[in-house]
Amino acid sequence: MRDTSTIKDMREAMVTAIVDLAAEHKDVVLLDADLTSCLASLKFEELYPERFFNCGIAEANMVGISAGLSSMGFTPFAHTFGCFASRRTFDQFFLSVGYAKQVVHLIGTDPGVTAQLNGGTHMPFEDIALMRQVPGVIVIEPSDGQSCYELTLQAYASGKTSYTRIPRKGITHRYPVGTKFTLGKGIELASGKDVAIVATGEVLVNESAKALELLKAQGIDATLIDLHTIKPLDEELLSTIAKRCSKVLVCENGRYAGGVGEAIAAFYAKTNPVKMDFLNVGEQFGEVGKLPYLQGVFGFTADNIARKAALLAR
Amino acid sequence: MLDASLKKSLEEKALRLRELTILEIAHLGSGHIGGSMSIIEALTYLYYKAMNIDPANPHKEDRDRFVCSKGHAGPAVYATLADKGYFPMDWLNTLNQGGTNLPSHCDMNKTPGIDFTTGSLGQGTSAAVGIALGQRLKGQKAYTYLMIGDGESQEGQVWEAAEAAAQFKLDNLIAFTDLNGQQLDGYTKDIMCMDNLDLRYKGFNWDVQSINGHDFDEIAAAIEHAKSVKGKPHMIILHTIKSKGFAPGEGVKSNHSMAFGIDVANQAIAKLKEEAAK
Ligand SMILES: Cc1ncc(C[n+]2csc(CCOP(=O)(O)OP(=O)(O)O)c2C)c(N)n1
Ligand SMILES: [Mg+2]
Repeated sequence: MRDTSTIKDMREAMVTAIVDLAAEHKDVVLLDADLTSCLASLKFEELYPERFFNCGIAEANMVGISAGLSSMGFTPFAHTFGCFASRRTFDQFFLSVGYAKQVVHLIGTDPGVTAQLNGGTHMPFEDIALMRQVPGVIVIEPSDGQSCYELTLQAYASGKTSYTRIPRKGITHRYPVGTKFTLGKGIELASGKDVAIVATGEVLVNESAKALELLKAQGIDATLIDLHTIKPLDEELLSTIAKRCSKVLVCENGRYAGGVGEAIAAFYAKTNPVKMDFLNVGEQFGEVGKLPYLQGVFGFTADNIARKAALLAR
Repeated sequence: MLDASLKKSLEEKALRLRELTILEIAHLGSGHIGGSMSIIEALTYLYYKAMNIDPANPHKEDRDRFVCSKGHAGPAVYATLADKGYFPMDWLNTLNQGGTNLPSHCDMNKTPGIDFTTGSLGQGTSAAVGIALGQRLKGQKAYTYLMIGDGESQEGQVWEAAEAAAQFKLDNLIAFTDLNGQQLDGYTKDIMCMDNLDLRYKGFNWDVQSINGHDFDEIAAAIEHAKSVKGKPHMIILHTIKSKGFAPGEGVKSNHSMAFGIDVANQAIAKLKEEAAK
């Protein structure tokens, strides 16, 4: 059991998990694509130089190499920015990894608006949708350091391919060491009856938690789910909250098409129709700016979440 | 050899563009200084001598075009465009601020004078092949200039574009590789060796030259030579120094993106001017 409460950045929580796995499992290897500082991959390289490969600025090649390593019995973790991890390597990830039934753990840093000053070219809003297209792949978006650490261990233990999206800088410490996480099972942070907010990732879970307070002040009693595993969906929990609240707001740092909201809407459509609303970037491309500015542009704020949830609850 | 007065004016211009680039990044507090500073002479020569362009008419149909495929060098390109009068100088202080027209990576839909959107390394190379093809199809006597990073050249797409440019005999494509020997994580030789770039392009049937990328005489001669070679695309390999002219970054491994403020900027500019005066 590792306590991540002193870790200062999400990238460090991730690389700590990979290093801990590597200590125990000789099959674990790490690949990067000229972005080692963005995952702190050098911590791994220091300990296991022979198991670390910087593939240079050639992301598709890195994923192809990972597939080959997997076929040789290794378990590759591979990292680049989320935009390149998804868009630029998709065919290799789909075919050489997914279709060929290889196991690779792909990490995409700086999802959605957390790409900040790297701007629109680097702002992945569609990585969730793309990764969801690959049959059998687990899609993870932890909202804090401890869950990032634990879910990475569980992704490895699952023996299945995974994609994890995390911001590299900054960290939220939401869950204390010892918290029980289960891959594929969301966490209920509040259990109100008027409306349910389902959020993924650090930015939107944090803002949604703040929105709970705003809603409470208006006499609205909301449920909040940290849906750290996007695929497979936690259908059991989604059914429970639908029965309890019958109104569900889905908040994600990405695009609606193919994203978390659409996945949940499709599930409800065939099981338990509820009134829904969505917070996402819609049809927009990304743009450059600091996080607070971008949160304003896309409405990723507690105020906006509370406003939408209140409208739904009414 | 360049005429002495022209050479002097280009050198003064390069100094000015370095100063603007350093201040632009300092105003924001951090940015891609290394790869911006290494292409200043190339940008200066292109925008002040080689290219047929009109800042008052950035969309002039038969203009020469420039694709900065290493799109993170945006700050240097913006300094150049501002100095040329494509947009007001004070825009430089908006680099990367919310709502800016000058985002970290080059954007043709935001910034007057930018001919193609880049930022995902490798992609500008194919776009430049398409632009050069388009110029030829339209019967324009125009050139496409392309700037590629040496780290960027690790992307397979760069070589797919190289194949196509040779196959299509694009002699109106004049590409540069900024061989500064460094990428984001450090030295290219330690990460993914980019030796023998000249031989690689020769193998792809390009017309290839290797020059000092900070020397205007050599840049001028190389472009003139390239224009005289018909039936092949042109590669001019620029031997450069990453962060050239920004002393705190020169010779430093982690000079790709640096955080610094106005004091550091002013010291670096003072040093730069002192050396230029020598
Ligand atoms: C496809 C892609 N992968 C990764 C990056 C992140 N990145 C931006 S610049 C850079 C290093 C570029 O090195 P080089 O091409 O040598 O540029 P220069 O040294 O001229 O700055 C990296 C890895 C990117 N922008 N695009
Ligand atoms: Mg370089």
